[in-house]
Amino acid sequence: MSDNNKQKLIEVNHLKKYFPIKSSFLQKKNQYVKAVDDVTFYINKGETFGLVGESGCGKSTLGRTINRLYDATDGEIIFDGIDIAQLNSKELQPYRKRMQIIFQDPYSSLNPYMNVGEIIEEPLEIHTNLSKKERREKIGELLEKVGLNKQDMEKFPYEFSGGQRQRIGIARALSINPEFILCDEAISALDVSIQAQVINMLEDLQEEMGLTYLFVAHDLSMVRHISDRIGVMYLGRMVEISDSNELYQNPLHPYTKALLSAIPIPDPIKAQRASTESIQGELPSPLEIGRGCRFRSRCPFATAKCAEIDPEMKEVGSGHYVACHLYE
Amino acid sequence: MSDSLLTVKNLKTTFYDGKTRLEAIRGIDLSVQKGEILGIVGESGSGKSILMKSIMGIIPKTAKVDSGEVILNGQHIEKLSMKEKRAIRGKEIAMIFQDPMTALNPLKKVGDHLIELLVRVRGMKKPEAKKEAVEMLRRVGIPSPETRANQYPHEFSGGMRQRVLIAMALSCNPKLLIADEPTTALDVTIQAQILNLLKKLKSDNDMSVVLITHDLGVVASLCSRIVVMYAGMIMEEGTATEIFYSPKHPYTKALLSSIPRMDKAEKSRLTPIKGSAPSLNNLPKGCPFAERCELAMEKCFTDMPAYKNFSDTQRSMCFLAWEGEENNE
Repeated sequence: MSDNNKQKLIEVNHLKKYFPIKSSFLQKKNQYVKAVDDVTFYINKGETFGLVGESGCGKSTLGRTINRLYDATDGEIIFDGIDIAQLNSKELQPYRKRMQIIFQDPYSSLNPYMNVGEIIEEPLEIHTNLSKKERREKIGELLEKVGLNKQDMEKFPYEFSGGQRQRIGIARALSINPEFILCDEAISALDVSIQAQVINMLEDLQEEMGLTYLFVAHDLSMVRHISDRIGVMYLGRMVEISDSNELYQNPLHPYTKALLSAIPIPDPIKAQRASTESIQGELPSPLEIGRGCRFRSRCPFATAKCAEIDPEMKEVGSGHYVACHLYE
Repeated sequence: MSDSLLTVKNLKTTFYDGKTRLEAIRGIDLSVQKGEILGIVGESGSGKSILMKSIMGIIPKTAKVDSGEVILNGQHIEKLSMKEKRAIRGKEIAMIFQDPMTALNPLKKVGDHLIELLVRVRGMKKPEAKKEAVEMLRRVGIPSPETRANQYPHEFSGGMRQRVLIAMALSCNPKLLIADEPTTALDVTIQAQILNLLKKLKSDNDMSVVLITHDLGVVASLCSRIVVMYAGMIMEEGTATEIFYSPKHPYTKALLSSIPRMDKAEKSRLTPIKGSAPSLNNLPKGCPFAERCELAMEKCFTDMPAYKNFSDTQRSMCFLAWEGEENNE
């Protein structure tokens, strides 16, 4: 590993999350959707780890399993030296405080019946011993930190625009000084001009408070912009992990290459020159995962070996990992 | 302008909600040339979808087109009756929508969606329409179309449903296809497939396309001309090259610098646009962008700037453009 001097905040080892499919009583055997299937990676303290992939690849499930919103089927989630994967809800309480989430939809993630002050106060009530007055002060500070006014405390979510609501969500996440924040498509629902506001704010807060982010998104250009390292997922598996600049300049896995070349470039001349070859087919059903590499049905380089053996993650350059038979 | 398929003059659409008036479209002049792909970009609420719905005559009951002319192929269509308009929809203009999940009837087989259209609009007999439906599905790249035509929408993925909608839109050989955020709900890899398909079908069928999107990457790779909308008005319009390489309006410039550039090696901090778009029931008297504009002057808040032409194709609505003029002369 290239960055031994950096401290790891989160280490995920062979993490699995299977969702059972409800079966009728005639069907004896339970079927599972293997949303996250044997994923291993780590996140350094103070960095932003980006997680990308098509919808249905398991990136949100992975994030939420790490935050223990879902119970892991198998594997380890080592948070600051302790495996939290199997802790019960009481044992988890101190860790909940250290991990927070910013959700995708700023419209449904805020309770419409609570005013902004109450929304932000809730985690403070649960996790701190602050008095009512101290909490109010803290809420005022938080609102100012995310670019809103103290007076906004009395307002209700419907009085705010999407970007402002996302700021309220961020203030709520920051209220108990977490170390780790999962940004689950945190900017996807916002307009481009507002996305930049929120991204810049997240970057400033990270610097100021030493936060660690797991940034889950499907907008690859934004992920590249904010992330230090990036993991690419396909059908429940991590297929490539690398430093973000390295990944975009030197993608190795055929899937990463296809994903990157599919991004439309906001520059007409470059866009005309770029290849118009697009990757064929779609993500296969997660119920029909057979032997071998999961990407082989869409991979232009697939060989007989790919149908037989599932490639393992290997380090091919400093800090650049890829799971593909082409690089063995 | 001689070869224009659709011309819109001074179109105004307003929503009425009790006593409040929401001015969604505030005087739009627009033309679509034969065979071109015109991109309309703007943030949510800028009126880009309502503009197209006003042209098609499918605005909600709470809205009203206050004024304006819509000329399609030399024919004024804004004054036509509902029945006459219906004859134009599908045949002359077709539309595909953002959400392929809700645009299809879940109780109806995919093939039947197409057959109904072919029978109603093109007057085909049912067996003939059945054959044509399968052919249409094949043309939009749906594998094994014979089987797929007998399946229900829920058996189709998002990308495949969007292909079905495109097949439906094209089934009556429209001269103009309006695509309202056709790839927003799709993954990038599927988006690339659909955009390539649109490009190919456009040249095969010799039609014009209006592509509504908020994604500047999508317009750059597909459109020859671009219209930038904000608060129900056109801020700037020009060819793709003009808009991307020499934008004149501060809003266009700000929009371009607020997106991360994948094609640049080094990352730099993003430049956001401060504040948020004005609310439509409380629009400022002057330039709608003034409040967020870094270069706003006093008169920007009180007066509405006029359009200035920079070339035969590019015009921008900003006092600064005129300012330059005065200084030069």
